[in-house]
Amino acid sequence: MYSEKVMDHFSNPRNVGEIEDANAVGQVGNPKCGDIMKIYMKINDETKQIEEVKFKTFGCGAAVATSSMATEMVKGKTIDEALEITNVAVAEALDGLPPVKMHCSNLAQEAIHSAIADYYNRKGIDPTHIVGCNGDCACCHHDHGESEE
Amino acid sequence: METKRIYVDHAATTPMRREVLDAMLPYFSENFGNASTVYAEGREAKKAVSEARDAVAKAIGANTDEIFFTGSGTEADNWAIRGVAFANRAKGNHIITSAVEHHAVLHTCQTLEKEGFEVTYLPVDEFGMVSPEDVKNAICDRTILVTIMTANNEIGTVMPIEEIGKITREKGVIFHTDAVQAIGMMEIDVNKMNVDLLSMTGHKFYGPKGSGALYVKKGIKILPFITGGAQERNKRAGTENVASIVGLGKAISLATSEMGEKAEKLKALRDRFIDRVLEEIPYTRLNGHKTKRLAGNANISFEFIEGESLLLMLDMQGISASSGSACTSGSLDPSHVLLAIGLKHEVAHGSLRVSFGESNTMEDVDRIVDSLKTIVSRLREMSPLYEAVKNK
Repeated sequence: MYSEKVMDHFSNPRNVGEIEDANAVGQVGNPKCGDIMKIYMKINDETKQIEEVKFKTFGCGAAVATSSMATEMVKGKTIDEALEITNVAVAEALDGLPPVKMHCSNLAQEAIHSAIADYYNRKGIDPTHIVGCNGDCACCHHDHGESEE
Repeated sequence: METKRIYVDHAATTPMRREVLDAMLPYFSENFGNASTVYAEGREAKKAVSEARDAVAKAIGANTDEIFFTGSGTEADNWAIRGVAFANRAKGNHIITSAVEHHAVLHTCQTLEKEGFEVTYLPVDEFGMVSPEDVKNAICDRTILVTIMTANNEIGTVMPIEEIGKITREKGVIFHTDAVQAIGMMEIDVNKMNVDLLSMTGHKFYGPKGSGALYVKKGIKILPFITGGAQERNKRAGTENVASIVGLGKAISLATSEMGEKAEKLKALRDRFIDRVLEEIPYTRLNGHKTKRLAGNANISFEFIEGESLLLMLDMQGISASSGSACTSGSLDPSHVLLAIGLKHEVAHGSLRVSFGESNTMEDVDRIVDSLKTIVSRLREMSPLYEAVKNK
């Protein structure tokens, strides 16, 4: 049911772990729904480049694989470039996800947004106009399922 | 190096035994007759069906004319519930079942609710057990059917069927039990159990998929579920699937005659597995009852990890098992059984069901536990939930 790429990223996930001196941390999802993704970034204040990125995920194979792929995709990108990464792009980079697992790719996208929002919040800058939300993505992660049937 | 795969999902299905296949083979091309015809080929088929019926009846202490073949365990459940409900509609519209039934029962009851029936879904205790007292209290003058499974497919809990049966007998209410998981694992005697209807399927005890049977006690009013020809004494139409019926008969004979010894072996595997996991892996819990459980069933929750990831990693290690996580159920909620015994969602998501069978050995148990130790710690290292606990 999963593509080879998904299985590859699931069995050898890239960028697993924490960054102790991260300046951007985002967590999305809900244990009740069965998936949580936490993403750590180190963003260069001058260049706005994401220099380091790590993640931790509680979730299914697709949740782990999308976390791994999303971190690969944002690594080295600027904030603006990272914000342009869509859930569809993450899913496509994995050669697709089963329809019932598409919400896992939303999780990855939301985690990136949540971390970037955190970066601005730490600086006392309201991230709403940059990220498109206030970064409290654990709350807005409500597109779980129903719409996919 | 290719290591031997370990299959521990016998509660999902079992490999068909060679003896069963051999018994079935003549009924595809050689003895292909339609059991409803009068000539030699038909008589041959009819004889085979009738012998299989005897075998099923004997295995559960029923009379031959109380056994009806179906196409699956699900069909047997659907038929029992809908057939009894509509045949007894004039007496009442109330049905009692439990929160932990298989979907074949639960969804059938939910459908009946849309058709004017009232259903009580009894809660269970922390072990997944239905209380006979609750059954007694739920019965009212409109109650026409009680349907409670013999043993749970996920957590293996063996229900107090005999006691519930006593109550339904006293109250004059029809009692059905889904014994799909129980056949071949424990003694099944419809008279001792005080049941009026009992469902089974062959593929859970090394018989063919697509085979099933429903026991209907003589005198119980039930409408046909599939209408058409006069097969199964006008109760279940459709040309008999002779080979499959023969396979079911052979499988149940083997399963019941060898049961005692096999169940002991399975219990030993199960208990070693449970003991080792609980002892050697922290943040785990056994779901279901320690002793009142199916011989081959173990169900364990591993906190902070998700079941599908666990299954995929076990699969990579050559181990086939099952989980109650949402991601493996195809829905968004984790198993209704695990929620009914009071597990929190996140703990239910991290459950593993291992169901042992004939091919398994103690070496298998040890290999599974060893693999689990590595996999669980790897997934926990990756889990933000575990991080929170570790840093406490």
